[in-house]
Amino acid sequence: MDTTAAAEPLTAKDYKSDYKPVWCPGCGDFGVLSAVTKALSALGLRREEVAIISGIGCSSRLPAYTSAYGFHGVHGRALAVAAGLKLARPELTVLVAGGDGDGFSIGGNHFMHACRRNVDLTYLVMDNQVYGMTKGQASPTTAPEWEGSKLTPHGTGINPFVPLAVALAAGANFIARGFSGDPNGLAKLIVDAVRHPGLSFVHILSPCTTYRPEQKDWKALVGDAGVEPTTDPGRAGKRLMSDDGFRVGVLYYGNRPPYAEPPAARSSLEAIEQAFAV
Amino acid sequence: MADQDPLPETVSVALTGSGGAGVVTAGQMLLESAAGAGYYGLMGRSSGPQIRGGESAAFLRLSPQPVANFGDVFDIMIAFDWMNVDRFAAEIPLDGHSLVLCDPDAGAVPEVIAKSGARLAEVPLKATTKDIPGGRINMVGLGTVAALIGVPEEILNETLTRILGRKGEGAVTAGLAAARAGLALAGSLEAPCRLAAAGGGGDAERWNVSGNEGIGLGAIRGGVRFVAAYPITPATDALEWLAPNLENVGGHLVQAEDELASVNMIIGASFGGVPSLTATSGPGLALMMESVGLAVAAEVPIVVVDVMRGGPSTGIPTKSEQSDLNVAVYGCHGDAPHVVTAANSVVDCLFTGQWSVHLAESLQCPVIVLSDQSLGQSRAVVDRPADLAFVGQRETAAAPAAEYRRYAVTASGVSPASVPGTPGGEFVADGLEHNPRGTPSSMAEDHLMQLEKRQRKVTGFDYGDHWAAIDGSGELAVITWGSSTGPAREACRRAAQRGLATRLVSIRLLAPAQGEKFAAAMAGVKRALVVEQTHSQQFYRYLRAHYDLPDDLQVCHHPGPLPIRPGEITERLINWS
Repeated sequence: MDTTAAAEPLTAKDYKSDYKPVWCPGCGDFGVLSAVTKALSALGLRREEVAIISGIGCSSRLPAYTSAYGFHGVHGRALAVAAGLKLARPELTVLVAGGDGDGFSIGGNHFMHACRRNVDLTYLVMDNQVYGMTKGQASPTTAPEWEGSKLTPHGTGINPFVPLAVALAAGANFIARGFSGDPNGLAKLIVDAVRHPGLSFVHILSPCTTYRPEQKDWKALVGDAGVEPTTDPGRAGKRLMSDDGFRVGVLYYGNRPPYAEPPAARSSLEAIEQAFAV
Repeated sequence: MADQDPLPETVSVALTGSGGAGVVTAGQMLLESAAGAGYYGLMGRSSGPQIRGGESAAFLRLSPQPVANFGDVFDIMIAFDWMNVDRFAAEIPLDGHSLVLCDPDAGAVPEVIAKSGARLAEVPLKATTKDIPGGRINMVGLGTVAALIGVPEEILNETLTRILGRKGEGAVTAGLAAARAGLALAGSLEAPCRLAAAGGGGDAERWNVSGNEGIGLGAIRGGVRFVAAYPITPATDALEWLAPNLENVGGHLVQAEDELASVNMIIGASFGGVPSLTATSGPGLALMMESVGLAVAAEVPIVVVDVMRGGPSTGIPTKSEQSDLNVAVYGCHGDAPHVVTAANSVVDCLFTGQWSVHLAESLQCPVIVLSDQSLGQSRAVVDRPADLAFVGQRETAAAPAAEYRRYAVTASGVSPASVPGTPGGEFVADGLEHNPRGTPSSMAEDHLMQLEKRQRKVTGFDYGDHWAAIDGSGELAVITWGSSTGPAREACRRAAQRGLATRLVSIRLLAPAQGEKFAAAMAGVKRALVVEQTHSQQFYRYLRAHYDLPDDLQVCHHPGPLPIRPGEITERLINWS
């Protein structure tokens, strides 16, 4: 295979493409891109061993800004594409990237079932509590009283989605929260997530400077979770339901075995065909 | 009607009863017994929506010749009980020549059966069953019908022993006793017709296969090793066949959370280089269409099988119709060239399934395969299908050049695809319009170039002779597709017996349209009859949109669940007005 550069470790920069992001200046997603490339470098993976799968939205543009294999599909279905790829090609490292609308609204059903199915994927959700690409509508994680969108002038009036608690209840095997403003810390979480078997969910606070300028204050609110990750879903549940939404770190390590890989062939086409003979 | 039948040695039987009566089991045993005795046959089924206790019917047509439709009128009907028989009486045409076997213990013969004019004969099925320890009414009825039509007793017994043997010795003993008792009941009855002596297949192998199994086998033969799907009637049994058999060859089936996940999972697996397929029915196909467009844009080969049922919406899940043609051909948003194929018989599900995998992989685009309930859930006894050369062969970029361009514009339109794991071939597959490298682009020039490339690879491909099945060279053409082909072919044979030469054109490749080939196939045609099982004439409108047709043209159509019968087509051909 590739013999020329096998010994040469790739730097974070090597995982970046030459394609200029569409993101606004100050967008949190720049920090996530940086963290992803740092994590891939730290994991020592070659470009061709990695595939990054996404749906639709600002954050779903991320695969094109890396130099790995990528798939930028339709809105909400990234986890399904990724599961198919990983089951067909178990040796690949498959990351899934997207936003809160893509993952929790239009793709909500797949989020739940991806956690249940526990295929060995790492799911990075860049949550900015707004639909940025369609210019600022409420998302599933937007506070009910937020009146910043013409589409919901009185606020949504409905409770925000609680991604980490849902992930835990649905069976995710690794749950962490990160912050785009700390790419080095986030990179470490991503490395842990990739190494942990099964569905690893990293919820990333990633501010939208254009439609949610007040999220610039997140930097001051974010802090280390200050707890040891637990393997007890009961303790994790309490922690996830009661923290202020800004505690960063690994919050839960599950020990469920990941979705079983297909078994080796045990018969032949001839034997299958013989079953039809009269 | 019988005088028109070119297959007078053919016998058709309908078995009916409530859901638990074992109608389908008895039908399958009769089919297998007939196959064992050297006959060809076809068995279809009809059922209500209930899981247990609803109505159910098995339709069989057996013959020394291959059978591809159920004819016009049933020779024999046997009712294990009369539960809800009115719900499918219209699917069991009877006339004065038919014999209806009814059990006096099942109560009065329903009006809908009595008024058909069929001869009624009482057989004490229930009373006979009662005297046999562990006996079941369906085995008694099976014995009666087998004796009546001339299936040899020793072959019936062999079949029962083999099938019931899976349930243990007690089941075999009871089954054989019940069948023997049923056989004795046939003694006093006069059959409307009996099977002519079977020519016997000699040493040639015959298969007993359903359309849904055929599609599954075609997929595996073609190289499919990944399937993701969501249960839906009447496609589920294709998936249930595929799940263990994919594992047999090292493949894998995932039950997805919905059809949106199904189609996207197979897109992901195929992006990884593994030929992939999903199977669904109309409602599922409608859900999948957005992502079929994604597979067009990202140039990912996938096969989507639609086993059609009555629509729209939930429609009639358990019964057949050809009304998904429009969504299959036109259901994508944007200009989205893709391939639509259609199986024209139970056994052709295998050919069309395998061919479709080959097309998807060769063209790097989605192929929608149309089958329907009447093909998918019917079993046919046929000569062993030929081994086909079609295997999915994707043009890949094994050692990509320094500036690899996934969507390079080529003469054929097909660009070598790099699969993940290949060093130097890294690219991002995208539903966004893109330039040859795969980088998103909203420029007019890139859009036009990629649209033309994607169009060219599909329209420029040589589909050979497989685009249609063509019989005869008469000036009167019958143009049809899918499950309407069987009755249309028989109608053409009947017309020939009356001295009317016809030409059958059954289209297997619905998209892209094959203008030149169609024109050549229709050369010299003066009149044409279009045959389809829809209410709104979807196939006729499709033909009008894509092909030159003779002025003197008529359409023979009606919606499901009633099948198109050969007699109604023959009538239109003979009495052209």
